[in-house]
Amino acid sequence: MSMNVATLGTDRARRLRAALTALLAVAAVVGAPFYFAPFQVFQLTMVLLYAVALAGLNLLVGFGGQISLGHGAFFAAGAYTAAVMLDRYDTGHLATLPVAAAGCFLLGLGFGVPALRLRGLYLALVTLSFAVFLPPLLKRLEPVTGGSMGLTVDKLQPPAWSGLAEDQWMYFVVLAVATVALLLARNLLRSRVGRALLAVRDNESAAEVMGVRLSLHKTLAFAWSAMFAGVAGCVYTWVIGFVSPDSFSFVLSITLLAGLVVGGLASLYGPLLGAAFVMYVPSVAQDISEAAPGVVFGLLIIAVMFVAPTGLAGLAGRVRGVITPLLTRTKPSAAVRTPESEPPSAPPAPAETAPADAEPVGAPPRTEKE
Amino acid sequence: MLAVDGISVRFGGITALDGVAFSVEPGTAVGLIGPNGAGKTTLFNCLTRRCTPDAGTVRFEDEDLLALPPHSVAGRGIARTFQNLGLFPRLTVRENVMVGAHNRGRAGHLAAALRLPRVRREERELRDQADELLRRLGLADVADHPASGLPFGTLKRVELARALAVRPRLLLLDEPVNGLSHGEVDEFADLVRAVRDDFDLTLVVVEHHMGFVMGLCDKVVCLDFGRKIAEGPPEEIQRDPAVIEAYLGVAA
Repeated sequence: MSMNVATLGTDRARRLRAALTALLAVAAVVGAPFYFAPFQVFQLTMVLLYAVALAGLNLLVGFGGQISLGHGAFFAAGAYTAAVMLDRYDTGHLATLPVAAAGCFLLGLGFGVPALRLRGLYLALVTLSFAVFLPPLLKRLEPVTGGSMGLTVDKLQPPAWSGLAEDQWMYFVVLAVATVALLLARNLLRSRVGRALLAVRDNESAAEVMGVRLSLHKTLAFAWSAMFAGVAGCVYTWVIGFVSPDSFSFVLSITLLAGLVVGGLASLYGPLLGAAFVMYVPSVAQDISEAAPGVVFGLLIIAVMFVAPTGLAGLAGRVRGVITPLLTRTKPSAAVRTPESEPPSAPPAPAETAPADAEPVGAPPRTEKE
Repeated sequence: MLAVDGISVRFGGITALDGVAFSVEPGTAVGLIGPNGAGKTTLFNCLTRRCTPDAGTVRFEDEDLLALPPHSVAGRGIARTFQNLGLFPRLTVRENVMVGAHNRGRAGHLAAALRLPRVRREERELRDQADELLRRLGLADVADHPASGLPFGTLKRVELARALAVRPRLLLLDEPVNGLSHGEVDEFADLVRAVRDDFDLTLVVVEHHMGFVMGLCDKVVCLDFGRKIAEGPPEEIQRDPAVIEAYLGVAA
């Protein structure tokens, strides 16, 4: 019983700590654009923007167990949708967002259909081909896309009433978009359809026996995922004010996937950490070695995966997993007790009583069938 | 309730099932026994549409089961467990059970993303129902534990809980006590009997543990090399010479 009371106590403390952390985080996030220099605010804006794309990729790869090496192309599709609308039709910035979102959703739905029959490397290859073929296509469609020269459009301007500088206003707009996107993703995952998605990832045949319609959930996962990437692309156009085919080479797709894996697959805040990695580490690499920043970037990825194989998001859990047993070595862990109905002959299996968070949150998706 | 008639399944040159026929009356428990490779699991897979027979019919309450898409089977009131556990290892025990209730939920993708009030309500109901089942099966303590790294006997019960969450009328158990210790087998048998009464279930059980099968089932069907070699009450089956030769063996 005392064990239970102790758990309740720590539970309340943990909740309080979580609330405090959240409050501090909100204060930091809102205060940031007033504290940092415009260029740093711009960098933060880009982190938020990449986080939206990575959250989408996470739905597909981390939670859905599928793979995409073509998310840069969905990102580009969203960016070009916004750019073309602003350039040719002079619609307002806001009007581009739903169009880019809907367009990429449909595009993703279309890609979800071949994904039903392909898995693992084959799916990776098909999606990669999309990323490889889009930039040349954009160059060819010169009348609409501006060809290799790209399109220059107006950046998002702060309205007079806000009294904010351009970088600050953009930061807050992107913050709002990112918040909504992350909330949508979280809601999705904490529901019947989210569980269905996870069930399909963990054991496809068992999920189907439980009544999960595989084709529906797998294609919709692709569609949501593409939509998030498209929204990120659209917002990219607002922030940068310039799109060109070379900004969206297939390297972008691979960078996004690498960012997600580094940040933490199947973790709710992994995309944020991954986005920060994608944004800051290349410039850090540039500082370390001007000659070969790519090499440093690659080595840093290797280093992160070596220290935190479940991604940066899993690092805290791993550290706790190492430290907790050291602290509580004297008393048995209360995380799991074998139920009373267990026969006395069965040993309590001490090896199985490791705390739940030692379980890797973002273990790489398994693509083989059970 | 369930009528299997003349189903045959061939994998390349191997005939896994050859014209098997039997029926299951409502409220009864039917045992499927036979040596390894006799086609018992293949038969189960036909009943849950994981495998389409080359010939024959399967009717469940006068509906052609083979005409249904695989995901609709659960909605008709058929649930199963798997031979070597078919749990979702990275979901918690509670989430596993809630996936069992998938076909009873209504929330679509859009409603779920917006977390509309009805989605909240549904989530709360499904969660309460799952917790109730977990309590019933003595799993409340592990509800938040991932469904991996728990003792095998516990996982077997989790899988039973998940199958019950489907609210089945027909429950298919594929080797439910395989891998359990002697004490656990008796306990699991009691549990199955209890939930069978509580939930008004019809059972089909594949199992090698003769004590479990003979104690639970009203009728036993014995398969060998894809053919039905005997069918009848447990006492008769135990005395049937064909069954003894193919499966039970004679004392030396």
